[in-house]
Amino acid sequence: MEIKVLGPGCAKCHKTEEIVRAAVQESGVEVHVIKVSDAMEIAKSGVFGTPAVIVDGQVKAVGKIPSKQDVLNWIGK
Amino acid sequence: MSDACCAPGGDIMLLPCSGGSNVGQLSNQAAVELTREGFGKMFCLAGIGGRLPGFVQSARDVERMIVIDGCEIACGKAALEGAGVPLKSYLVVTDLDIGKNKDFNLNPQDVARVKDAVKDVLAVP
Repeated sequence: MEIKVLGPGCAKCHKTEEIVRAAVQESGVEVHVIKVSDAMEIAKSGVFGTPAVIVDGQVKAVGKIPSKQDVLNWIGK
Repeated sequence: MSDACCAPGGDIMLLPCSGGSNVGQLSNQAAVELTREGFGKMFCLAGIGGRLPGFVQSARDVERMIVIDGCEIACGKAALEGAGVPLKSYLVVTDLDIGKNKDFNLNPQDVARVKDAVKDVLAVP
């Protein structure tokens, strides 16, 4: 499983990455977490704003910080 | 590190139909100018109509959004419905007593009227 956290490097993006990593650790599931900061890469995903979270190619959240429970649900826990 | 580099919660998504008539292009021009002026941010209705996941999820998650259709055919509204995105705010340019035609020489006063109407619609809680 792969989770991408899209964001140029602001506080909200860092918080989102932090929550995602905490949820992954709690889940015990093997997940590759990737932080995407490149503006062109972010633009290719078609998101209106950041932070955004993409789980196995599926855009799950845009422009908001997800809760840890959200991430656990996406992971299937 | 800044809080300002991410889309703030108050960001407004502007979705003009950008259709092939004067009123469609008025919707587009109004969205372009509002974006330039910092009142919201124009977004790709075609991406939502095409069910591209990044566009659809963005429209679902954004707090404030307006679809600006040129006429009562309502292509923009239909694009959102087709993608399962709830319509939050809505404006039809022909409802402003601007007739539909194929003259693409847009009247700046009409553009201003559409922009004002967008602001009025979004001012209603």
